[in-house]
Formats: sequence, C-alpha cells, structure tokens
Amino acid sequence: MQTYISGIPLNYYLSLAGILFSIGVLGVLTRRNAVIIFMAVELMLNSVNLVFIAFSKVLSIINGEVIVFFVMAIAAAEAGVGLAIVIAIHRQKKTSNVDEINLLKW
Amino acid sequence: MLEYFPLVVLLPLIGFLVNGIHYRKMPNTAAAIIGTSAVLIPFFITLGSLTAYHPMSNNAPHLFTLLPWIHAGAFQVDFAYQVDQLSLYMTLIITGIGSLIHIYSAGYMHGDGGFNRFFAYLNLFIFSMLNLVLADNLVLMFLGWEGVGVCSYLLIGFDYHKTSAANAGMKAFITNRIGDVGFAVGIILTYWYLGSVKYVDIMAAMPAAIPFKEIINYVALAFFIGAIGKSAQIPLYVWLPDAMAGPTPVSALIHAATMVTAGVFMIARLNPIFLAADITSNYIAITGAVTAFFAATIGLFQTDIKKVLAYSTVSQLGYMFLAMGVGAYEAGMFHLMTHAFFKALMFLGSGSVIHAMHHEQDMRNMGNLKGYMKITWITFMIGTLAISGIPPFSGFFSKDLILEKAFGHHGIGHVIWAIGLAGAFCTAFYMFRLVFLTFYGKERIDHHVKEHLHESPWTITLPLVILAIGAAGAGLIQMPHLFFGGTHFLTDYFKPIFAPGREIVEGAWKITAEPHHMSESTELILLVVSICVALTGIILSYFVFQIKQSVPPSDEGFKGFPKVVYNKYYVDEIYEATIIKPLIRMSDWLSASVDKALIDGLVVGVGKFFMHISEIFRKIQTGIVGDYALSIVIGTIAILVVLLYGGF
Repeated sequence: MQTYISGIPLNYYLSLAGILFSIGVLGVLTRRNAVIIFMAVELMLNSVNLVFIAFSKVLSIINGEVIVFFVMAIAAAEAGVGLAIVIAIHRQKKTSNVDEINLLKW
Repeated sequence: MLEYFPLVVLLPLIGFLVNGIHYRKMPNTAAAIIGTSAVLIPFFITLGSLTAYHPMSNNAPHLFTLLPWIHAGAFQVDFAYQVDQLSLYMTLIITGIGSLIHIYSAGYMHGDGGFNRFFAYLNLFIFSMLNLVLADNLVLMFLGWEGVGVCSYLLIGFDYHKTSAANAGMKAFITNRIGDVGFAVGIILTYWYLGSVKYVDIMAAMPAAIPFKEIINYVALAFFIGAIGKSAQIPLYVWLPDAMAGPTPVSALIHAATMVTAGVFMIARLNPIFLAADITSNYIAITGAVTAFFAATIGLFQTDIKKVLAYSTVSQLGYMFLAMGVGAYEAGMFHLMTHAFFKALMFLGSGSVIHAMHHEQDMRNMGNLKGYMKITWITFMIGTLAISGIPPFSGFFSKDLILEKAFGHHGIGHVIWAIGLAGAFCTAFYMFRLVFLTFYGKERIDHHVKEHLHESPWTITLPLVILAIGAAGAGLIQMPHLFFGGTHFLTDYFKPIFAPGREIVEGAWKITAEPHHMSESTELILLVVSICVALTGIILSYFVFQIKQSVPPSDEGFKGFPKVVYNKYYVDEIYEATIIKPLIRMSDWLSASVDKALIDGLVVGVGKFFMHISEIFRKIQTGIVGDYALSIVIGTIAILVVLLYGGF
C-alpha cells in the first residue's frame, strides 16, 4: 500500500525520521559535552514527533498531533531543567564534560 | 461516692507521672506531698465508697469501665474494674497502709538523692496494685500482677550502684517470671474452657462447664504456681529475703503488707476454682504449712533484723496459704489484713531502728534501745505480741482461726495443724529473740553511733502509732465464741464473695467441700493449746536472751545445725548448683554451638555470599552517563529484535 502526503510517499517521512533518530542516538553516545547531548536528545524527540505527525495525517486521526504538542511542551521544560543542572554543575566543577562527572558510581 | 471511684485508680497514676516526669526539678517536699496525697485521697474515696456500697447487704458488684483495651472477636478485655467486698477490702489495706508508708518514707528517705524517684516508683506500685485487685478480668489483673513485679524490681534495686541490690532485684524479677508462666497458663485454660476472662462471666459459665470441671485441678495448680512465685512460697521463696536490699519502707509496703499477698488475693478471687480443686487445695495447704514452719526455723538464727522479718513474712504467708488450702478463705483474708498491720508496723519499726543506728542492721551491734526510742520500742512490742499470737492482739485471732479451720479439715487436717503450731512456736521464739536482742540486754552499740542515737521524727513515729493501734485492735472484728460471745463481722462481710462459689461447687458440680463442724470444747482446747505454745516460745526466748544474755556468735562462730540454718539450709547454694549453674552451662553451650556457629553462620554466610557477588556486578555502575546511554540503546535494540523476529 502506497500512501502520499502532499505528494510525498509516507516511506520518505519514516526514513527521514529514522535517519534523524539514529543521528540523535549517535550524538548522545559519542559527544562529551552535556549541551551537545541535549541537542542530540532534542533531535531524537523531534524525529519521533515527525513519525507521529505523518501517521496522524495518513490515518486522519488527530491524536498524534495532540501528542506532539505534549512532547514539545515537555521537551521545553526538560531542556530548561537540564540546562539549569548543567549550569549548576559547571559552576561547581568548571566543566560540562559528562565523562568527568562520575561521582555516582560503585 | 461510688461515682468518684475511678479517681482511686487514676490519682496514683497521675502522682507517678507528675513526680516521674519532673523528678529532677521537683523540690523534695512537693514530691512527698504529691506522692502521699495521691494515695491518701483514694483512701478516703474508698472509705466513702464502702459506706455507699452497703457491703453487708449488697450482692451485686459495682462495675465500671475506664478505657477499651483488647477487642479481638470474642476476646474482649477492657480497663474495667469491679468494686465489691473483696476488692474494697484490699483497696482499703493498700491505700490505708500505703498512705502511712508514704508519710513514713518522707521521714525515712529524707536527704536521699533519689527521693523524688522513690516517690514516683511508690505511686506506680500503688497504681499497679490497685489494678491487680480492682480488675474485673484476669488479663487486667495479670497486667497489675506484672506491674507490681516491675515496681518491686525497681525498688529492690533502688540503690542500683550497689551490686548486691541490683542482683537482688534481678533475682526477684526472674523468680517471679517462673511463677507468672503458671498464671498465664491458668488464664489461657480458663478462657479456653469458659470463653471469657471476666470474673462475672466465669462465675456464670462455671456451673454448666463440665469439661472445665474435669481439669479443674490442673487449672488451680497453674494459678497456684503463679501465687507461689509472687507470694514467696516453697520452692520459689528465695527472692523475698534478698529483696530486703531495698529501702525499709519498700520492704514494709511491698514485701510484707501488699504485693506478696497478691497470691492469697488471687485464690480468694477465684475461690470456686480452688474450692472445687480438692487435690490442688490439699497441696496448697501442705505447701503453706511447710513454708510456715520451714521459714520460721530459718528465722531462729538470723542476725540481720530485716532478714528475721523477711523470713517471718514468708512464714506468715505460709499460714495464709494454709488457710486458702483448707477452704477457709475468710480466715486467709483475715490473716492477710492483720499481717499487713503488724508486719508493716514491725518493718517500719525496724526501719526506725536502722535509721537511728545509721544503717546498722546487725542485731549483734544493738541492744538496750528501749531507753533511746520509746515510741518505736512500745509499738514494736505490740507488733511482736500480735504476730506471736497473744490475745487480744490481732494476730492471735487470725492465726487461731486458721489453725482451727486446719484442724477441722478432713484428711490431712491434723497433720498440717501440728506443723502450723510448730511454726507458731518458732515465730514466738524468734520474734522475742529479735526484741530482746534489739531493745533489751547489754548495749553493744558503736560509740560514734551512740552519740547520735535518738527517737525518729514524727513522720516516722506517727505511722508507727497508727499501725500499732491497728495491729492491736484489728482482730476484734472476728472473734471465737469464747470471747464475749464472739463476733463474726468478717464472715458476714465476705458472704457475697464466697457463698456463690460454694453454691457452684456443691450445687452444680456436686463436690462436697464443707469442713467439719467442731464442738465448743474442741475449740477451747485448740485455743488454749495455741496460747500455751506461743507463751512457751516467749518464755524460752526470755530465758535464753534475757536471763542468760546470750548473743549470736559472729558469722564463723555458728557450729553444727545452727550453722546450716544460719546459712538458710544452703538452699541458695543448692539452687545455684542444681539449676542455675547447669542452665548457664547449657546456655553457654547453646550460645557457642547453635547461636554463634549455626544461626550466625547461616545469616552471615548469606550476607557474605551476596557481598562477593556484588563485588563483581557493581562494577557495571561506572558513573559515566555515556555508558548508561549505550546500555539503553543496546537494550532497546535487543527488545526491537525480539519483537520483530521473536514471533510474539
């Protein structure tokens, strides 16, 4: 079954979302700077948002779009809290490199 | 007045709380006033209630509930109290003699560092003792029973910095625990067969409870084991002489007048059970008679003034149990009351002597005190005459009633009467020995002590005088026919308590427990015999200690049989060797093998196992966020793979 959104096939959207998500995951795993990791996380969230929107459009169900609003709102809040933590840590440790912040271990 | 009766129970508790919480800051005078009035006011309320209750015509107990306690299905126990002839009688003794001893303590404990603590403990004791006697069920009585045990422990070990006092406290507590097991078993059996622990329900359920009748001897025995511990009978009497390590007012209040009579009270309270249990009753009578005689013989050679009185208490408690065993419950309760008067009097008198002699308790260092302490001397003489059984002092009437009832008991009656009489002889002898050694004869007093020798202050002598009046006159309420036609106030007073029990046992259960009636001539002979025996004891004592002026030798000076008796027949040593030592050795073995090796080994082994495992696995927790993120990704991929290709 081939479906289109504005003349573009659904698979394209999904592929783009998959690529964005993978880039996000790689960003989280490979980068050291906490701020960059945050940005990567945002990328993952947005790729998922894209999937939601795409299916919402195809299936003509509004739920997906509603969830996307929630995700965006929570992502904003999470970014606020997260950045505040990063700043607080930076003041204490003079670094935002997550590899150097490993006090909570065995 | 009955509507104020809850105050009788509550005021001593309040007194304890006030004195106990503020014991560091409270001035001594305030503590004494609070402590004394917390007992004196209940005494007057009880007196008022006695008149309001009309004990001579009222058959129905006055019941009231203060607080709900345990409500578990059919098992209902409340802080509920039963006011009737028996509990009023006991409450009067406890609060009456209790207040006198509180007043006395204010003088005796003057200047003691633990003055406030002492009054707090005394009030707690009175509270527990009132719970014991006023409870309307066995469980609350057990609470009081344990409460007085705790207070006894606290007060024996009052001078806790002295090792001997602390050990004596522990000895009393542990010995009592042995008896308490019996009491608890008795309560459980009663509940199991009768379905209630309330006295009123027990009485109502008994006539139809035939299975209960079958085991009645065991039930009574279980309760009696409790009484043996609390009331210091053979074989558990050993704690009471050691309990004299406590301050003298404590000996007078707890270890003579009130707590140790709890066992007698319990038998009176459960009289139908004991009346029906003929075998156990005989055993009680024999235990009582043997204890009365055995303890009296130990008293013959003791040199510590309080030890003599302690063995005398054990002996007198034996008489009470003798009476309870032969079913003469009024006689037992009668002796309980007269004994409370004269023994409290003599303990307080000895306390007055000890106070004046600067804590000297050895009679070998006394003598001729009568000139220095007139009031103490005269009141002590009255107490001695009362315990020796010289008419018209109170002890004569109660002891004679017991011996008469024992003589009339079927079966073993004559034997226990004879043993009791032998005990009475010893009693008269050792009590006058005490008097002659302390108040008469040559002065053997240390010079330094003699300079300060004086009569005690009024707080000490006032209770002595009041108790002396009681010890002299209390017997007049119940006299044999031969004295002015006799009085039988006490028999009438206790009729509502003991008659229903007799009805159950004889009416519903068809057990005859009626003692023999004896002729007036037999009664007269018995009377004359017991007076003669008492007089013989006194005369012999007079001959040995007044005319021959003999003084007990030093500790090493005892030879032969007196040495054995002076060392209390080595009973403590025998217990030590046969029971305590093996128990300790077994405990040591169990501790080393079972506890340390097996149980600890298992528990520690499990702990160690997980500690070693965790040494390996906790390394996963690196603290680096990237590692955790990688684990999440790998985990997610694994789940995806399983979902896609796992076929779920």
